[in-house]
Amino acid sequence: MLLLSLAYQSLRHRKLTSALTVFSIALSVALLVGVELVRMGARESFSHTISQTDLIVGARGGSLQLLLYAVFRMGSATNNITYESYRQFAEHPAVEWTIPYSLGDSHRGFRVVGTTGDFYTRYRFRRDRRIEFTAGHAPENVFQVAIGSDVAAALGYRLGDAVTLTHGVSSGRGILDHEDRPFKICGILQRTATPVDRSLYVPLEGMEAMHLDWGDGAPPLPGEATPASKIHKEDMKIKQITAFLLRAKSRIDTLRLQREINTNEPEALMAVIPGVALGELWRTIGYAEDALAVVTVFVLVVGLLGMLVSLYTSLNERRREMAILRAIGAGPRNIVFLLVAESGLLALAGTVLGVALVYGLTWLSQPAVEHHFGLFLPVVAPTPTGWAYMSAVVVAGLLIGFVPAVKAYRNALADGLGIRL
Amino acid sequence: MRVTNTTGTAMQLDVVRFAYRKGREVLRIPNLTISAGERLFIFGPSGSGKTTLLGLLAGVLRAGSGAVTVLGRDLTAMKPAERDAFRGAHIGYIFQLFNLIPYLDVLDNIVLPCRLSAERRRRLNGASLEAAARRVAEHLGIGALMRENVARLSVGQQQRVAAARSLIGTPEIVIADEPTSSLDHDHREKFIELLFSECREAGSTLIFVSHDRTLMPLFDRCVSLPDINEAA
Ligand SMILES: Nc1ncnc2c1ncn2[C@@H]1O[C@H](COP(=O)(O)OP(=O)(O)OP(=O)(O)O)[C@@H](O)[C@H]1O
Ligand SMILES: [Mg+2]
Repeated sequence: MLLLSLAYQSLRHRKLTSALTVFSIALSVALLVGVELVRMGARESFSHTISQTDLIVGARGGSLQLLLYAVFRMGSATNNITYESYRQFAEHPAVEWTIPYSLGDSHRGFRVVGTTGDFYTRYRFRRDRRIEFTAGHAPENVFQVAIGSDVAAALGYRLGDAVTLTHGVSSGRGILDHEDRPFKICGILQRTATPVDRSLYVPLEGMEAMHLDWGDGAPPLPGEATPASKIHKEDMKIKQITAFLLRAKSRIDTLRLQREINTNEPEALMAVIPGVALGELWRTIGYAEDALAVVTVFVLVVGLLGMLVSLYTSLNERRREMAILRAIGAGPRNIVFLLVAESGLLALAGTVLGVALVYGLTWLSQPAVEHHFGLFLPVVAPTPTGWAYMSAVVVAGLLIGFVPAVKAYRNALADGLGIRL
Repeated sequence: MRVTNTTGTAMQLDVVRFAYRKGREVLRIPNLTISAGERLFIFGPSGSGKTTLLGLLAGVLRAGSGAVTVLGRDLTAMKPAERDAFRGAHIGYIFQLFNLIPYLDVLDNIVLPCRLSAERRRRLNGASLEAAARRVAEHLGIGALMRENVARLSVGQQQRVAAARSLIGTPEIVIADEPTSSLDHDHREKFIELLFSECREAGSTLIFVSHDRTLMPLFDRCVSLPDINEAA
């Protein structure tokens, strides 16, 4: 106890170096714990890119591919689903709701999604967030479009602007523009910080109307196309969609439905559970987090070495102090304890400060980070990994303290009471 | 409990040899006996081994051979930790200069030996640490400085704080290694008188080392280290 209080007072006496050491350790710890938090947040946000959807259904193919085009608006489907198959499951007694997606068109690099009103009422992300509008409303007739916030920001669109959609997925101005049938922007979605922001949303009927009179993937000849003014929502017959999201009535239904969809005849369908598929995807890109973790460990090592240097260099000035303590009855072991306690206290203070720093910063920056990066940083108690990091820092601090301590021990034995300055 | 010594001998060296490095013997002392309550003056030129001798007597250094008997106990036979505890309990030590722990104030410096050694604390006979420290400090004329930062004291004041620290808990033996060499003549004599009166009151044996032979007349007995050291 006495030695601990001596260690504390000695550190206080050397305020500036102690503070600098504590601060450098704190920064390292903050980085370490912060990266862990961001990692958790990223994983959490990623796995909640889409919520409350039990199954994503598309034509049979790769599950990753399905996840990518249905959720992340990346890549494209190899096959479509007939509208009949979709209705079959949409009306299934075990199904609570579905959201159909019709993909394949784009606008200046952004994907166009044909969907129904259910998208605006049922779709959920980040557990329970729903689609909202910063301006306007959901499309009500065939040639209306609602645009994601990224689209609005990137292209500077406002309500009432007319946009021309492009057949196929390409950036820039497409070769096959549906110029004769422009869409009018009726709504701008609020930012979700998910892939939802990077799409334009038209009614399924609009998607169908765009391709009206097309045959075999080729546009109708000039003059043969039905004028846009003659196209009515009620008249449009939807033939196919690309994928749909499905919410089952219960958990057990989910698995039963998945089996049913996967074995559907004659059309080959596939249903994936978003959580599972997202988890798989996360693991494939997870090596990036490991790289980050390695870097932070190096930062920590540098912080601890800084402490070693400062303790070690202070040692020579403190030889006299050690001799005095010895004369009073302290043994070399006490001196070892004193120095190890000092480094332990520094490491502990640094760790506490670092954790406080990271939680404070997280708490402060949480809304901004979520808004800009779609990353929800949870202010929760440290994970076991987090605790492990923290105790590792303190233990490393104690161990590092042994280096100057052993040196002091040798000095204490060799110097006797003669004190060299 | 005070260690009683029926023989009246506080310390005794018998054919003690010591070397910091092999083959470079610093001390070889056939015999040195110090009586209890004696005020002994040891002198010798710089580098003659005075501090080394004190290290042996205090049990900070361990003799290569021979016996160092302090208060009836042979230090060379003790384990290191035992020696440290023994020193903390029975010996007060004053250095030439810079005696104080810079991050403790005057009071905390004075009471440090009692906090380090339970036995030394017991010798306060129930008085609180602070009361005991104040008492010695008053005697040494530094009673008003108890909460002062030691770095702000004059050299003479610092030496008196060191003396107070060596005297608290009335150790049987007080060892002073050139404690006055940084003081001017008047302060030197005053300091030694204070030290004497405190040691007398506590019944402590005082071993005082210096190369300044003008101090010799003040002591009961004087020993020239080179004279008793065969390695010299
Ligand atoms: N820690 C040490 N390691 C090696 N040699 C030492 C050490 N301390 C002292 N010596 C050597 O031992 C001899 C005696 O030194 P010591 O300090 O005992 O002399 P001293 O009489 O106290 O001198 P001074 O009056 O200058 O204090 C010297 O030759 C010195 O070089
Ligand atoms: Mg000396």
